[in-house]
Amino acid sequence: MSTDRSERPLVRVDDLQKYFWEQDSILDRLLGDEPVPVRAVDGVSFEIREGETLGLVGESGCGKSTTGETLLRLQEPTDGQVEFDGDNVYDLSGSELTDFRREAQVVFQDPFSSLDPRMTVGETVQQPLDVHEIGTDDERRERVRDLLERVGLSADQLDRYPHEFSGGQRQRIGIARALALEPEFIVLDEPTSALDVSVQAQVLNLLDDLQAEFDLTYLLISHDLSVIRHVCDRVAVMYLGEIVEIGPVQELFDDPKHPYTQALLESVPRASTDERDRDRETLAGDVPSPRDPPSGCRFRTRCPQVISPEELEIDQETYRELMTLRERVERRDISLETVGDEDQFDLDDGTVPDEDVPAFVEALRNRLLDTDLPAAHEEIVERALAELARGNWDEAAAQLREEYESVCERQNPDLGNGGHPAACHLYGEAADRHEGTEPLQ
Amino acid sequence: MTEDILQVRGLSTRFFTQEGQVNAVSDLDLTIERGEVFGIVGESGSGKSVTARSIMDLIEPPGEITEGEIRYRNADFAETVGDDHPGAVDGEFVNLLELPPAIRQSLRGTSFSMIFQDPESSFNPTLTVGEQLAEAVEVQRRASARPRSTRARTESEEYSLGSLMLSTVLPSKKYVSDESRERAIELLELVGIPDPVERADEYPHEYSGGMLQRAMIAQALAGEPDILVADEPTTALDVTIQAQVLDLLDDLQKETGMTILLITHNLGVIARMCDRVGVMYAGEIVERGSLTDTFDEHVHPYTEGLLGSVPDLEGANRRLQPIPGNVPTLLDHEMEDRCHFADRCPKAMEDCLDHPPEFDADERGDHEVRCVLAERDYDEGRALPPDYFDETERTAADKHADPDRTEEDVQPERTQSPVEDSGGGGL
Ligand code: SF4
Ligand code: SF4
Repeated sequence: MSTDRSERPLVRVDDLQKYFWEQDSILDRLLGDEPVPVRAVDGVSFEIREGETLGLVGESGCGKSTTGETLLRLQEPTDGQVEFDGDNVYDLSGSELTDFRREAQVVFQDPFSSLDPRMTVGETVQQPLDVHEIGTDDERRERVRDLLERVGLSADQLDRYPHEFSGGQRQRIGIARALALEPEFIVLDEPTSALDVSVQAQVLNLLDDLQAEFDLTYLLISHDLSVIRHVCDRVAVMYLGEIVEIGPVQELFDDPKHPYTQALLESVPRASTDERDRDRETLAGDVPSPRDPPSGCRFRTRCPQVISPEELEIDQETYRELMTLRERVERRDISLETVGDEDQFDLDDGTVPDEDVPAFVEALRNRLLDTDLPAAHEEIVERALAELARGNWDEAAAQLREEYESVCERQNPDLGNGGHPAACHLYGEAADRHEGTEPLQ
Repeated sequence: MTEDILQVRGLSTRFFTQEGQVNAVSDLDLTIERGEVFGIVGESGSGKSVTARSIMDLIEPPGEITEGEIRYRNADFAETVGDDHPGAVDGEFVNLLELPPAIRQSLRGTSFSMIFQDPESSFNPTLTVGEQLAEAVEVQRRASARPRSTRARTESEEYSLGSLMLSTVLPSKKYVSDESRERAIELLELVGIPDPVERADEYPHEYSGGMLQRAMIAQALAGEPDILVADEPTTALDVTIQAQVLDLLDDLQKETGMTILLITHNLGVIARMCDRVGVMYAGEIVERGSLTDTFDEHVHPYTEGLLGSVPDLEGANRRLQPIPGNVPTLLDHEMEDRCHFADRCPKAMEDCLDHPPEFDADERGDHEVRCVLAERDYDEGRALPPDYFDETERTAADKHADPDRTEEDVQPERTQSPVEDSGGGGL
């Protein structure tokens, strides 16, 4: 894609939030259950410049599709603002809203369900023209033929139904429909995820050609880093409802800053014979729930580079393990009943008899940690586990927090400004306070 | 010394649908050595999943294995079944297609295990994961506690079926024995589930997708199978979780030396995991060889096209080189006796109008390719005119019966969370 783009933002997203509410039915309210917010999108800001392709990449549940739908006003936002061509999208009404609906289009992932099975292809592509009353009947039909040919279908397929087409062809139909109103901006939501790789390549090339031909601006939402790399000018990486890094595509792929971006890129298996010898560090654990995201940096529960307190002399891997242990204590996710051999410890009232505590602590410690700790840390951990043996979960958590609390859990790092910002304390003020922590490459 | 553990010979699997006979897999040969990871890569409708399911004896009507042999090497087993089924046995090999269904089924779990894209289907939602793993362990224990006679194995199968039904009726059923419970926890630990003791007592729905995938692998390993068939094992997973699961499979394979047949559409996964590769197209293996043979020294234009279609993570913004057209229908009455790729092949020649056999691509003899280019160079003078196939209507190509689709093996990729799922109307 060309580099000669205007810098004017066509779309400006400012602190956009979209929460979904659970336990929000009438029954829940009668029972007095508080609604629980699911923070699908939790304060994202970015710009899309005219003529560029911005990629939004992340794993399932990170909020990328919700971001796309909300900025098109297919969903109402919880908070925040989206400007399109200078106007606040959520304030539009009447003919202005109609104009926006013409200018901003969407292509969805699933070509098998996004087309109405009872409408012929011609009707499907023509429908937006009918709704917006563009041109005469003849002109509309003529335009539909042009569009179909432009996306690589033949105009004599007008009267066929979606089920008669292959996945790639249906996606072409979806694209023709999105183009019908001559939009400026298209959100492409996983446009090739349901397609075979050879067909995906056809569709990606088509999207590239159309962008050049019609001066389109794209927001490409995808979980596939190779597709993002191939198509986008700039990329925003999302994790748990937030943008963690944004930058020009080549810079971000060659020199990823955020530990999550680094891990994401390392995780992709390359289709090349060197792949087996490639050094890769795999990320442990799962993405936490957006119902109850971690405090501070949301990636801290999995981050291999989570920042240890300055005075703590401990290697990074061990610190990571201790942080994972803390997490489990805080979530009370350790079953004490099963410690030791069958019936070794009597835990009837949730506590271990005093005389058994040392043996219990040892058994539990060996189950929870694989590594040897420096003596001082061994002591701290055993003291905390002894609290667990007496059923004092909060006390154990407090002791461990006292020793090991990280800046990453106290403060949510800002994304910051500039051409390639990353929301991580390794790059903000905390990095200066904590010199010596080199971001891994 | 490597030895063949599985030899598939001339396998054909057909689906008899209303639209006609679908040749999902045609005359397929496949040889897998003990301890290797063999990958089959292909797009939807290539027949890769049907091949896997044929080997596992999981083909159901209207599908049917119409021809071929599936020869499994296991000397003990050959001896056991030899008396009753002498026709099935050839030395240490047993042709599984000559055995009655009950005996074939008894191999499942102990000789062959399979993992799928979707782990939910492998678990009963009303039992804890630990109980189900313990059950799998018990089945194996009972099977191996008795002499390996047909009768015993069949009986144990019935017994396990009975107890499974019982356990469905009584969801609070306890573990069969402490021993099997402990083994279940060991298995969870083996597949890298953090906190296996706690997790054993949880139900499948309390597991994340990646963890359930691990648990399914644990279940498949309970019977210490010789061969693990992994059908798109990571397709439904996010990329960081996919990396975890691939690491796991790799480690387990190295530790146990088991043989893995890996089916996937993802060339990266193949490169990450496999020693040897078969590329499938239209029900046939069109190119096979080592990873280097297929990735770097391929001869078949389809292999070339497949690799050219993958956007490169590292490379510059080169334009993708897609394969034009669509996958063929595999309907018997529409398939001509030519190279099935000829209508999409940039190098199609007159020579390609005869169905090509498998040629050796080099002298070493283990790189084979079903393409005339292995024998002669491309000759423009013999090229088919560009519109040669135009009269054959290809519009509706892959809408036709596509047996692979039923298993959704190419419906990647995004596991949708409720969050991503919500909302999103029309235009
Ligand atoms: S802020 Fe801390 S936990 Fe978050 S990514 Fe940076 S180093 Fe890791
Ligand atoms: S046999 Fe001919 S048509 Fe088929 S792949 Fe080879 S060159 Fe192409």
